Amino acid sequence: MSGLSITRRGLLTAASAVGASAALSACGAKTGSGTSSDAAGATADTSGSTVKIGLLNSLSGTMAISEVTVHNALLLAVKEINAAGGVLGKKLKAVSQDGASDWPTFAEKAESLIKEDKVAATFGCWTSASRKAVKPVFEKYKSPLFYPVQYEGLEQSPYIFYIGATTNQQIVPALDYLKKQGLTRLYLVGSDYVFPRTANKIIKAYAKANGMTVVGEDYAPLGSTEFSTIVNEVKGSGADAVFNTLNGDSNVAFFKEYKSAGLTAKSMPVLSVSIAEEEVASIGTQYLEDQLTAWNYYETTPGAANEKFVKAYQAEYGAKKPTSDPMEAAYISVYLWKAMVEKAGSFDVAKVKAAADGITFDAPEGKVTVDGATQHVYKTARIGKIGSDGLITEVWNSGKPVKPDPYLKGYDWASGLS
Amino acid sequence: MTTTSAPTTPAPEVTKATSPLTRFRVPGGFALGAVLLLGIAPLALTDFRLALLAKYLCWAMVAVGVSLAWGRGGLLVLGQGVFFGLGGYAMAMHLKLADAADTGIPGALPDFMQLYGTGEALPWWWKPFGNPAFALAATVLLPMAVAAVLGFFVFRRRVRGAYFAILSQALAAALAIWLVGQQATTGGTNGLTDFQGFFGYDLDDPANQRTVYFVIAVSLLLLMAAARQLFVSRYGELLIAVRDSEERVRFLGYDPANVKLVAYVVAAGMAGLAGALFVPAVGIISPALIGVVPSIGFVIGAAVGGRASLVGAVLGAIAVAWAQSTLSDAFPGAWTYLQGLLFVVAVGFLPGGLASLGAVIRRNRIRTRSGEAA
Repeated sequence: MSGLSITRRGLLTAASAVGASAALSACGAKTGSGTSSDAAGATADTSGSTVKIGLLNSLSGTMAISEVTVHNALLLAVKEINAAGGVLGKKLKAVSQDGASDWPTFAEKAESLIKEDKVAATFGCWTSASRKAVKPVFEKYKSPLFYPVQYEGLEQSPYIFYIGATTNQQIVPALDYLKKQGLTRLYLVGSDYVFPRTANKIIKAYAKANGMTVVGEDYAPLGSTEFSTIVNEVKGSGADAVFNTLNGDSNVAFFKEYKSAGLTAKSMPVLSVSIAEEEVASIGTQYLEDQLTAWNYYETTPGAANEKFVKAYQAEYGAKKPTSDPMEAAYISVYLWKAMVEKAGSFDVAKVKAAADGITFDAPEGKVTVDGATQHVYKTARIGKIGSDGLITEVWNSGKPVKPDPYLKGYDWASGLS
Repeated sequence: MTTTSAPTTPAPEVTKATSPLTRFRVPGGFALGAVLLLGIAPLALTDFRLALLAKYLCWAMVAVGVSLAWGRGGLLVLGQGVFFGLGGYAMAMHLKLADAADTGIPGALPDFMQLYGTGEALPWWWKPFGNPAFALAATVLLPMAVAAVLGFFVFRRRVRGAYFAILSQALAAALAIWLVGQQATTGGTNGLTDFQGFFGYDLDDPANQRTVYFVIAVSLLLLMAAARQLFVSRYGELLIAVRDSEERVRFLGYDPANVKLVAYVVAAGMAGLAGALFVPAVGIISPALIGVVPSIGFVIGAAVGGRASLVGAVLGAIAVAWAQSTLSDAFPGAWTYLQGLLFVVAVGFLPGGLASLGAVIRRNRIRTRSGEAA
C-alpha cells in the first residue's frame, strides 16, 4: 500500500489546490442584496427585419402526441401573421425547441431560446410541471412566456401570460353544471400529479359549501392502464357522476373498463376536463358517447372566426385533423401577443406587459379579453357532450366570458385553499 | 480567469512495474482534464454553454460511480437514480427552506407547501434539512446509508446479475412513485424548483453560476482521483476478481459480499453528490429525474464510453448528454432511438465501450489484463 499512498496524496493535494483557487476566484452577489448583475443582459434582439419568437413544445416523448398539435397551431398563427405583413412591419421567425416531455430539458431549452436565439417572446409548455420548471428561467431573464393550456390556478408569474382557462373558468363552471343537473354525489378519479390533486382539492371545498358529497377519490400513476379496482369501487359507490381528471393513455383504459363494468353516460355520467377532440379519436367514440367534457372551445363552436380557423388548420395539416381547446388557445396567444406589441409600439417586454390590459381578440372561442392584473384571459366556459362522430357539441355555456380568478378570491368557499 | 495551477506531478509509483508511458499517463491525463475543465472551458464557453457543461459533468460524476460498481465490480446498477435523487432532494430541501427563511417571515413554509400542502406546519422530516451542515452531509451520507442497508441484505443473500439489476430498477420506480404521491410535502411531479439562493449566494447572478460550475468540475476531478486510487488499490483488484469469479474469491477466504458492498456504497455516495450539485446548476429536481428511464440513462453513457475505463465512462457520459442536447434540436424524436441503438451496439459489439476501440482493433489487450489481475 505504501506505493499507493504517495500517488493518492499527490493527486489529492494537486486537486484540492486547484479546487481552492477556483472556489476563491469568483464571488457573486449575495441573496437579497439586489445587486444581481444583469441577468437581463439577454434582451431580445429585435433590430433586424425579422423578429424571432420561441416555440417550446414536446416534439418527442410521452407528451408529444398532444404538444405537437399545439406546435402546429402556433406555426399556423405565425404563418398567417407573416402573410398579413408581420408585427410592426417585421416578419416573425419561429424557432422551435423540443422540450422532450422532460422538465429540466424544458428549462434548458427555454434558456437557450432566450440567451442564444434572443427571442422576443416564447409560446408553449403543456404540463404544469414543465411550466413550473421554466418559470424561474423566464423570470430571471424577464422574458415573456405564453402558456396555452388550462391549468390548476394558484399561480401568477409576472412573466407568464396564461391563455388557457384557470379553475374558475373550467372546473367551477363544470361543478355548477353538475349541481344544476342534480348530480350531487361525485366520485373523483385522476392521474397522480399536480393538476388533478389541486383540482380535487377545489372540488372538495366546492362540494362542502354547495351541499354536494364526494363519495370517493382515487389517483392512478401517470400512464397507468390498470383500472379494474378503481372502476369497481366507482360502481359500488352509489355516485351520481364521476369527475375525471385523468390524463393521456390512462383515459383509454379507464373508459374501456368503465363500459365493460356496465356503466354508461346514462347511469353514471363522466365529466372529463382533459379529453378534447384529439383524445376522443384515440380513446374511441364507442367508449365516450354522450359523456361530458368541460372546456372553453370546441371544434363545433359557432362563429366565423372558428370556421376560418378550422378551415385554415385543416388546409395546412389535413382535412381529418381535429382542432381542440389547447390548440385554439395556442393559436390566439400569438395574435394576443401581436396586439400587445402593436399597442405598445415596441417589442420591449416591460412596455408589452404594460399594454396587455384590455387587449381583445375575436377568437375562434368567441371574444377574449386580457386581464392585465392577473395576465390571464376572460374566457367563456362551455360544457360539451361527446357525439358518435367524435365531435363535441356544446350543451351549456356561461353566457359571457368569465373573469379569470386564479386564486379563487371571489369565492367564499375557496378561502381556505391558498 | 486563470485559476489553473497545473498539478505538479510527483513520480507516481503505480502498483507494479509499468512502462514509462503508463507512469506519466495518469497524472498527465489528470492535469490535462483539470486544464480543460478549469481553464479552457470557462474561457471558451458562454454562460449558457458553461451551465450546460455543468449539468453534463453531474451525469459524469454518476458515471464515475457506475464505472466502479459496474465496470470493475460487475454490478449492473440500474437504479442510480435513487441515490442521485436522495442527494438532489436533500440539497433542494435545504435550498427551499433557506429561501423560505430569506423571506423574513417567521415560520414561513416553502412556496409549494403553501400551494399544495396543508399550509400548517413543516413536516418533521423536513426540519433537520434547514441546517446547512446536516443537509450537506446528508446529500452524500443518506444515499450511502440507504445503499449500505440495501446492499447488506442483497449481497448477503447472493442476489446478483439480472436479479440485482431488476431490484435496483424497482427501487428507482418505487421512489419516483412515492415522491409523486406526496405532493404536499415533496412537490409531486413538479419536483422542487425555483431556488433563489445557494448558501447565501444569489443563484441568478452569472458569477455565482460560474462558481457552481467550478465546484462541480473540481468535485468531478476529485471523484475521479479517488476512484482511480480505488481501481489500482488491492481492493480494486479484489473487486475485479469478484466480478470475474466470485466463487474462487470466496474459496480464497474473502467475503465477496463485503467487497461488492463497498463498491455499491461508494457509487451511491458519488451519485448523491452529483444529485446535490445538479440542483443549483440546473435549478430543479423532480421524480422524472430519478425514475427508471434516467436510471438507465446513467449507465448508457458509461457503457458507450467504456464502463471499465474511468476516463471512458466519464467522457461517454458527457458525450451522450451533449449529443442528446444537440441532436434532439435537429431531430426531435429520433434521439431516443439513437440512444437505444448506441446502448445495443456498445453492449453487444463493444463491451469495453469506445475506450476499448483501439484495444479491440489490436485484438488482445483487455483480455490479457483482466487475466493478470485475477
